[in-house]
Amino acid sequence: MSTAPFVLRSRLRALSDHIATGIAVLSTILVVAPLVAIFAYLLFKGASSLNLDFFIKIPKAVGEEGGGMANAIVGSAILLGLGSLIGVPVGIGGGVFLSEFGRGTKLANTIRFTADVLNGVPSIVMGIVAYSLVVVPMHHFSAFAGGVALGIMMIPTVCRTTEEMLLMVPNVIREAALGLGVPNWRAVLSITVKTASPGIITGCMLAFARVAGETAPLIFTAFGNAFWSTDLNREIAALPLQIYIYAISPYDDWHRLAWGGALVLIILIVLAVSLVRYVTSRGVLKGAN
Amino acid sequence: MGVGIEVASLNAWYGNNHTLQDINLNIPANHATALIGPSGCGKSTFVRCLNRMHETNPIARVTGTVRMGDLDIYGDAKPVEIRRRVGMVFQRPNPFPTMSIYDNVAAGLKLNGFTNRRALDEIVEKSLRNSALWDEVKDDLKKKSGASLSGGQQQRLCIARALAVDPEVLLMDEPASALDPVSTSKIEDLIFQLKSQYTIVIVTHNMQQAARVAEKTGFFLNGRMVEFDSTHKIFTNPSDKRTEDYITGRFG
Repeated sequence: MSTAPFVLRSRLRALSDHIATGIAVLSTILVVAPLVAIFAYLLFKGASSLNLDFFIKIPKAVGEEGGGMANAIVGSAILLGLGSLIGVPVGIGGGVFLSEFGRGTKLANTIRFTADVLNGVPSIVMGIVAYSLVVVPMHHFSAFAGGVALGIMMIPTVCRTTEEMLLMVPNVIREAALGLGVPNWRAVLSITVKTASPGIITGCMLAFARVAGETAPLIFTAFGNAFWSTDLNREIAALPLQIYIYAISPYDDWHRLAWGGALVLIILIVLAVSLVRYVTSRGVLKGAN
Repeated sequence: MGVGIEVASLNAWYGNNHTLQDINLNIPANHATALIGPSGCGKSTFVRCLNRMHETNPIARVTGTVRMGDLDIYGDAKPVEIRRRVGMVFQRPNPFPTMSIYDNVAAGLKLNGFTNRRALDEIVEKSLRNSALWDEVKDDLKKKSGASLSGGQQQRLCIARALAVDPEVLLMDEPASALDPVSTSKIEDLIFQLKSQYTIVIVTHNMQQAARVAEKTGFFLNGRMVEFDSTHKIFTNPSDKRTEDYITGRFG
């Protein structure tokens, strides 16, 4: 008799548990499904146009068969390298300032607000900024200008994630370092930043992956180039630009190349991120969380 | 060798909160001194004033004088210099999570530019022996992270880390409050051994612990030091009624 309400309640509890788990699983599927779908579709459409020529040849003129995207692959690598060279140090430096040196100050609050706004600025505007900062004074498009555009885009993401990750380092760790008579700047660099480094690296990778697919900021900075060039001072090809040009063209052959380019771009991003993760995780000891 | 600590009219604030009011006491060299009192009475703030850790909080403020041997803590000595001579062990074990056991112990020296490998090896071994951890970790000094040890081992690692920079004073802020009884008794044994070489100041909530390890005990209440005397006197025949009430468990 008296156990009946209890049984009912425990059934209800089991039911709501199943429902909650079900919702969580469903959400996970909804999150992962588009990613899987995009990748599968890219493989389906792009894999057939990938061959050795794609990686070692430059584009051919309309109507000619074959040709590849070697110049765009190398161009993207150069642009992203330049962008990272600008965005990563400035972003990390800014994040370290926000969390460790300027915490609570007006300057820090202003910088944080600016970074958040910068994060929401359309990428084409970043292109215009780089255009007026670099292209106009130099009087021509260049790989350098494209790198600056991507670098500026990376700064706010890197800066804010660095700050967030540093704030997660418990204060007792900072105190332990200071308590040993270590100067503050040294404690920040060797202890706090090092402790937060896995998270900071993730932030850099996110920023990297995000700008790797950017087309708009490159249109009037790097400009694109149908020929082989690694000169920082000249127009340079980039995968997203090349994909864009091919995709809006009326030729089936170019459409196929665009699909191949998109597939290669995604694969290269995954490879770059995995490589950085692998290299940086080897130094960190097992069991250190 | 340890040095004595003379504290005169020490006052400390957190913002507008006057957490320490006019503290005067002499802590003897090469002995263990316990500080007891209810939560929030200012005993932690007091030890943090001894190595100028208190002022790392931007809203904190200190006045008064603290002398440690020839060192005037609030005179022209630099905090960095002071903290090398005054080791600190915190309530929660806080090894550097990205560092190996070895690097944790060597951290204070390495981060101050000490590079002699051979000497470093010796200091690390000596410090780990002094903190009674050597036998448990000697085989994975560089293989295991400091964070992979148990809580009690981590705390002894933190003691080794503090000893490695060869301080004269060791401040311990409730070093055993997060540990199980076995680890606690190991830490207490350690304090017993270490006090012949270092001046030890230990904050504790555990009155039996104070009675076991310390020769001198100070009782703090509401930011003031009510009584400071030999541990035996404090626990058997306190002069102040409030001390007696606290010891006998009538409040706090």
